[in-house]
Amino acid sequence: MSLALIVMLPFLGALLPGLMMRSGRNACAITTGSVTFLAFSLLLTHAPAVLRGEVIQVSWQWLPALGLNVSFFLDGLGLLFAGLILGIGLLIITYSRFYLSKADSMGAFYTYLLLFQGAMVGIVLSDNILLLLVFWELTSLSSFLLIGFWRHLPEGRQGARMALAVTGGGGLFLIAGMLLLGHAAGSYELSVILERRELIQASPLYLPALLLILGGCFAKSAQFPFHFWLPHAMAAPTPVSAYLHSATMVKAGIFLMARLWPVLAGTEAWTWLVASAGLVTMILGAWIALFKDDLKGLLAYSTVSHLGLVTLLLGLGSPMAAVAAVFHIINHATFKAALFLIAGIVDHEVGTRDVKRLGGLLMLMPITATLGMVAAASMAGMPFLNGFLSKEMMLEQAWHHGWLAPGGWLTPLLATLGAVFSVAYSFRFIVHVFFGPQRDDYPAKPHDPPAGLWLPPALLVALVVLIGLFPETFAGDLVRTASAAAMGAVAPEFHLSIWHGVTPALGMSVVAVAVGLLLLWRYPGVRGLWARGPHPEAKVMFDGVIAALVRFSRALVLNLHNGSLQRYLAILVGAAVALGFAAYLGADGAARAPGGRETLAAGPVVVVAWLLLMVSTLMTVIMHRDRFVALILIGVVGVIVSIGFVYLSAPDLALTQIAVEVGTVILILLALYFLPKVTPVESGLGRCVRDGALAVLGGVGVGVLSWAVMTRDFSSISTYYLEHAKPLGGGANVVNVILVDFRGFDTFGEIIVLGIAALAIFALLEGALHGRLAPRLRNWTPDYAHAADRHPMMMVVATRVMLPLALMVGVYIFLRGHNMPGGGFIAGLVVAIALIMQYMASGFGWAEKRMPVDYHAMIGGGVLVAAATGIGAMVLDYPFLTSAFDYFSLPIVGKFELTSAMPFDIGVFLTVVGAVMLALAQLSKMGQRLNQHAVNTQPMDYNPSADRQADATREN
Amino acid sequence: MISLEFIVASAIGVLTAAGIYLTLRGRTFPVVVGLALITYAVNVFLFVMGRLAVNQPPVIRPDAVAYTDPLPQALVLTAIVISFGMTAVIVVMALRAWFESGDDHVDLEVSGEGSRQ
Repeated sequence: MSLALIVMLPFLGALLPGLMMRSGRNACAITTGSVTFLAFSLLLTHAPAVLRGEVIQVSWQWLPALGLNVSFFLDGLGLLFAGLILGIGLLIITYSRFYLSKADSMGAFYTYLLLFQGAMVGIVLSDNILLLLVFWELTSLSSFLLIGFWRHLPEGRQGARMALAVTGGGGLFLIAGMLLLGHAAGSYELSVILERRELIQASPLYLPALLLILGGCFAKSAQFPFHFWLPHAMAAPTPVSAYLHSATMVKAGIFLMARLWPVLAGTEAWTWLVASAGLVTMILGAWIALFKDDLKGLLAYSTVSHLGLVTLLLGLGSPMAAVAAVFHIINHATFKAALFLIAGIVDHEVGTRDVKRLGGLLMLMPITATLGMVAAASMAGMPFLNGFLSKEMMLEQAWHHGWLAPGGWLTPLLATLGAVFSVAYSFRFIVHVFFGPQRDDYPAKPHDPPAGLWLPPALLVALVVLIGLFPETFAGDLVRTASAAAMGAVAPEFHLSIWHGVTPALGMSVVAVAVGLLLLWRYPGVRGLWARGPHPEAKVMFDGVIAALVRFSRALVLNLHNGSLQRYLAILVGAAVALGFAAYLGADGAARAPGGRETLAAGPVVVVAWLLLMVSTLMTVIMHRDRFVALILIGVVGVIVSIGFVYLSAPDLALTQIAVEVGTVILILLALYFLPKVTPVESGLGRCVRDGALAVLGGVGVGVLSWAVMTRDFSSISTYYLEHAKPLGGGANVVNVILVDFRGFDTFGEIIVLGIAALAIFALLEGALHGRLAPRLRNWTPDYAHAADRHPMMMVVATRVMLPLALMVGVYIFLRGHNMPGGGFIAGLVVAIALIMQYMASGFGWAEKRMPVDYHAMIGGGVLVAAATGIGAMVLDYPFLTSAFDYFSLPIVGKFELTSAMPFDIGVFLTVVGAVMLALAQLSKMGQRLNQHAVNTQPMDYNPSADRQADATREN
Repeated sequence: MISLEFIVASAIGVLTAAGIYLTLRGRTFPVVVGLALITYAVNVFLFVMGRLAVNQPPVIRPDAVAYTDPLPQALVLTAIVISFGMTAVIVVMALRAWFESGDDHVDLEVSGEGSRQ
């Protein structure tokens, strides 16, 4: 439990800095520090057990179907990394309090920092590799926020983008690799995967998984050829650089390589890929670092180089190399974090971190200078400091390993070369910054910083010295447990000590120091040599690639997505036609042959209706420019389709179709009041032929498909519904029982969609009546002059007489729905049409006054009633929407049935009425508003008795 | 003798063809009409997945010998209602677009690379 808490604490704590910021910067920093301190303490409570060799595990199921579990485990490696992350995190939080200026948003900074910290701890403690991937991506995202923290600096934004692109892109590789690995291992739990080395290495997926995982790790840990993003990420505030780019994030890739070392390492491919990348990175990084004038740039390339060193050690694949790798991870984290913090102090107090403008700071900032010199000497690998110990071990391993070239002379040589450059740039850091003459042109007056700034690096430097002098006491157990965990076996016998006697490694060290100092002595000459060489600038190449991608995407998008609906639809239909015909032509003969199902004979009436349908459909196409005619013609089509449903044993569909037909025609009619009445001729002959060809092909395809389906026998799942409608649903009309009972959840979703559609219509139309469009619409004049008789008496009388009748029919259709054709959908449509006819005949004002119904509430009420029915079942411990029914008898009425599906159907009914009415009434309201007609409140527009009086007066 | 299956299949085909042609026109109104025609075609197509049946009730009756397939009917019934909702939204979108721009063309005007109005 407390293991999960260690991971969760930083995430939970991330909520606090923003709140505490109001109580001041100190409160904010103390709160943040407390969160980290708490997590660190929790971790330490587990340390004794872990150092004894125990593994602490905790697990919950999250998405077991995907193999994704929330499971954490803590072993030596996890302890080492979590300790570094939280321990150095604590120092960074302290340092940041004094480093950030008042103008910086400290709350946001600490929030990002804690998010990042949580994600990092999550990576190192995850037992599930899918969970690990989640945290991995979170570090990319949170580090993006941290690197780009100074949003006003273009370098910050560009560096953050580049880091995100490279590490995030690497993350994609890693996802693929991890999925392959989990597939090959048959589990996504690390603790299981680590025990299946043979299975995984024998799998054909091993190599692709290895390549992809290494891609992710190299990108994260800035290994060649992905090393270029790290120096650009130095635009971040210095505490961020110290934290992310020395101790934690860049170590995530290293961590993963170490974590998976037991299963992935030991093969030819592993050694070649990992050791080569490490060796190249180590030498290249150190060489470039020697010529960087920006202190942070120097440290960034030095970090790249040291990460290469660790990668090289992991790549060599021998147990002692792994021990050395783990030891160097600790040592590098301490001296490099200290150096970054010291670079930050120099920048903060002197006003520049350009080496060329520094020098002579030894007497001006004695504390900083002392700390800096010790840390840098450790980086150079000078004796009595921790950097020396692990570097010796690295050289020792390089000497022993016969890898590369027969006789094995090349690896030691190259390793020594890396060490030479390392010595040179480390001493350059010391000499060019702290020694030399004092200058009189520092941007600010240099002095030692307040204790809050120098204490954190001082603590780290103390560790550097203590581990350097007493390695076995201060780091022995940790290194032993962590490297045992990394190897998945007991670590080889070793004893960390300063003096190993006169060994080849010592000789290589002496050479490295001597040649390194020689390089620094002759620095101007060496620099001239470097200046003459080529300097491929990664940022330019990266920007070029990005720009090319942008150009490509833009060209693609602008050509495909040019705003022409006609083009999109033509492509869509064309693609569907092509796919359909390709499938048909590619099928074998049996699939293409007509089916064997017996066909039904069509009587003469059917043929006549068919001809009518054909003619009216074709006429719709031919006459579509005259919009009223087209509307009437599709009305005809709709009626024939309805009749077809009746004939084909689907009375419910026929009723629905005819009701919808009326609604659709009324709706389009209302819209046509505003829209142009005629469609102009636009398409040329070519376009018409193209569209015609697409249409004919599409029509033939769909027709043949339907025919092929209909002439084949099939087995239906409907037998179940037919058998159980009555006993389970209590209704004889199987269609209705399916709607309100068996598939009630679908219907519930559908009435919600219908309600949303009505609300969208309301919003679209109401929005037009207000705001920008309102003045223009007020000046709108109808296309046609209005009839003098706006509300024809015949229609008014007819609709009013019909209303009670229609409502009665609606109720009847609703009530019979469960056992006979009918139901809530159809009843709702019938009632809505009866009501809308009042609007049509008597005018919006008259109808609105007499029907003060809130249709919004009606839609919502309908959905709620339907939901309440379903929830009612849950209250009684049945699944959502379980129905029940029973028979009751009353005097006079006799025996009748009550089902719980009835209130559900009422919900459907209410939603349908509300939705249709809201849409149509809103349209008719538009007409009324735009024409500024006086609202007619009289029963009739036209009063015949007034005419008679007028006639009488004339006659007189 | 023409079979009922052929009649229905050809009707679906013609409705689809007419619908496709009209949706490819350049103004909003024919597109709406075309969509309505395609809707008929799709609904009937889904309906006939239960095969054709004449004079067979979807209602349980003691005297019935055979039943039509009720499941596609139930699905198509909601499809008809939903497509009404869809048609209504599209019609109103066409209307709003007409109010906004005074133009009922379906294409955005493309002027130069990348800039649209």
